[in-house]
Amino acid sequence: MRRHPRRPGRLRHSRHPTNGPAPYPTSRAFHRLARGLRLVPLIALAGLFLLPFYLLVRNGLAAEADITGTDWTFFPDSPHWENLRELFDDSSVPMLHALGNSAVIAVLTTAGTLLLASLAGYGLARIEYPYANHVFYAFLVTLMIPSAVTFLPSFVLVSSLGWISTLRGLIIPTLFSAFAVFLFRQYFLGFPRELEDAARVDGLGHWRTFWRIVVPNTRPVFAAVGAIVFIGSWNSFLWPLVIGQDRDAWTVQVALATFTTAQTVNLHELFIAAAVSILPLLVVFLVLQRQIVAGAERSGIDD
Amino acid sequence: MWFWAFVGPFAAGLALFTYVPLVWSVWLSFFDAHNTVTPTEFVGLDNYTEILGDPSFTSSLTTFAVFSLFIVPATYALSLALALMVHRLRFAQAFFRSVFFLPTACSYVVAAIIWKLSVFNGVRYGLANTVLGWFGGSDIAWLSTTSPPWYWLVIVTVRLWLQAGFYMVILLAGLQRIPATLYEAAAVDGARPGWQVFRHITFPQLRATSVAVVLLLVVNAFQAFDEFYNLLSTAGGYPPYARPPLVYLYYAALGQGQNLGLGSAGAVILALIIAVVTVIQARWFGLGRRED
Repeated sequence: MRRHPRRPGRLRHSRHPTNGPAPYPTSRAFHRLARGLRLVPLIALAGLFLLPFYLLVRNGLAAEADITGTDWTFFPDSPHWENLRELFDDSSVPMLHALGNSAVIAVLTTAGTLLLASLAGYGLARIEYPYANHVFYAFLVTLMIPSAVTFLPSFVLVSSLGWISTLRGLIIPTLFSAFAVFLFRQYFLGFPRELEDAARVDGLGHWRTFWRIVVPNTRPVFAAVGAIVFIGSWNSFLWPLVIGQDRDAWTVQVALATFTTAQTVNLHELFIAAAVSILPLLVVFLVLQRQIVAGAERSGIDD
Repeated sequence: MWFWAFVGPFAAGLALFTYVPLVWSVWLSFFDAHNTVTPTEFVGLDNYTEILGDPSFTSSLTTFAVFSLFIVPATYALSLALALMVHRLRFAQAFFRSVFFLPTACSYVVAAIIWKLSVFNGVRYGLANTVLGWFGGSDIAWLSTTSPPWYWLVIVTVRLWLQAGFYMVILLAGLQRIPATLYEAAAVDGARPGWQVFRHITFPQLRATSVAVVLLLVVNAFQAFDEFYNLLSTAGGYPPYARPPLVYLYYAALGQGQNLGLGSAGAVILALIIAVVTVIQARWFGLGRRED
């Protein structure tokens, strides 16, 4: 918005463009063909992007021989749904327990992050404080510090608190996302002040204004940030690997990874496990797709 | 003070779980800290000289450099190409956007499973070797061949698949913010649709978005761990190649011996490198901005 549009005069162009013939005097059929041809790379790429999902389903519903056979089996003759029962009956992989852990961690992480980050974002956006900008920058700096630098020190802290292999250790240190605060602050800055002013006239303080007026009217941003945090939490790997060391504390990602490096792998069982692990996310995705895209779009706008 | 009632809980948590560990880690890096987080033996810069003299640490930095030289331009180019193609569509735009965005829902672990055990598993029934076989090629052991280093193909394509859709969405939003009047003016001036318009209108107008995307990509490349670990580690350990800094630190500090002092020194060195890279990027992009 702040940039000045480039003046068209800087383009190299012919002197009298409006006098000459149109650059492409083509028939309508040719046009249509050209447009159709332009779709070819797009469709090819879409196929490539969907290929891994196909492999996931094909392997997950196949018999082992379909996967390891010499000729490529495009799809098993009849889907082997019993692979699911085999997975959940297999006592060497705590899949059900791991799914439960992941669900608890993802839900609590999402709820906690939304609460902490929305409060902080609102305070930064709306409450007068002389050092508010300094505080905001102190938060933003942590976005530039990758986990390569922080995971070891955080591990040190969590282990000295005695939180290894506990839900506390897996959840609490991940609740403080400066990125979520950033998204909330940006959103609240664009939220019309009139509603809050009216609430003030009615005698509501900051606290009640936030809960009664602001939260009910800004649900989209909660959905967007919530979906992004949920997906990130469900898919995170390094932190659960380091902190959830005991088998009882494994998340679904850690269980899958352990499964992968086991001495003998049943491919069909591993792939049905992987397919099961992404199902919850696909549901979140389909329900909240618009909000997720909106959240992703916003993350590219530099302040 | 209402400000702190709202901001305080978050600020306290961030201080405790980000700032405190950072300071603690700097302190640890000057101590002999095997299996302990409260060491007593001060060793000065020994941890630093030891880690900088360790060829597997320095080669992990090279691995990171090679990796980001591949992945940052490749992801940016693919995301931009997807964004341009999807942006131009008159129908089914939402469908194609969803298809490219869908891998964002997958974890690196799941993607690594598909890549390692189904596409690039190195045996006959793997998809890549099956396709090679159709064209008369012979099997390639993708993940264990070091010359040529086929494992890079596996590592880079995993991340491309997982990330491209996310950055495509950011770039699409950027494309939609370019005012249509600019394109009209260009058409009036006789600019050829296609390369000329892209070169003089679209690309310069996307500049702020592109800078944000590249910065995010570089930070993400520094965090690379999941796909390396899941593609390459086996029950027997990790191979001596393709070991980025985070994988090195994981094994150095949390493997046998738990040498947290050494690991912390590595983290501090990484932090310094990241700071320098960030400053260079800011300068570089900043200079460009003054130019136009």
